[in-house]
Amino acid sequence: MRVELRSGAFQPWAELAEYERAAQLGTGVGATATFVGTMRDYNEGEPVLGMYLEHYPGMAERELSALVAAEVARFQLIDALVVHRVGALAPGDPIVLVAVWSGHRREGFEGCRAIMEALKARAPFWKRERTVGGERWVEKNTAGY
Amino acid sequence: MTVEVKFFASLKERLGCDGAKVEIGEVATAADVWLQATGGKSLPSNVLVAINMEYTDAAQAVKDGDEVAFFPPVTGGRW
Repeated sequence: MRVELRSGAFQPWAELAEYERAAQLGTGVGATATFVGTMRDYNEGEPVLGMYLEHYPGMAERELSALVAAEVARFQLIDALVVHRVGALAPGDPIVLVAVWSGHRREGFEGCRAIMEALKARAPFWKRERTVGGERWVEKNTAGY
Repeated sequence: MTVEVKFFASLKERLGCDGAKVEIGEVATAADVWLQATGGKSLPSNVLVAINMEYTDAAQAVKDGDEVAFFPPVTGGRW
């Protein structure tokens, strides 16, 4: 299991390939489920030019590690990887990668989703969007599905 | 006792500071720490509280050396 915050751009598919190579998860893996969140160029009907993702150093890593470990146990996942950006982002930049490996697709899909929802609900991150009209904090965690 | 107070995101901006060391009596809750740190401002109902990087509530007692953080609801917005 690995949970990591990054202050610079990352390439989710390269991260995934590299992690799989290094982790040697074995032939018991029947499913790999992934989620990649990227920064959109609009929100609440307005174009968004950029974003700053503030976090609580220490607590963000701690919360993420705890929630990933909890979902790995709950869904009996073989392994999980989470990479999350912090700092300044541009539209199109990947924000988060969640990847899980499991024996079967149900645990894979549900475990990946559960990690993502827990992350959104608990991890101490805050978005500050830059629009043509100025900057604003995003304080509504709307359902994204 | 002394506790380390931290504010984040929009709360940090509204208060105009990212935290402070706060001296407070030996028996105190996170809510008492908030009052001391903000000069008596009322604690907004949506503010989240963490002591030593674990979520708790404002009624939780604090100990000497604790890190007490106050922040707005966490959010990723919509992906």
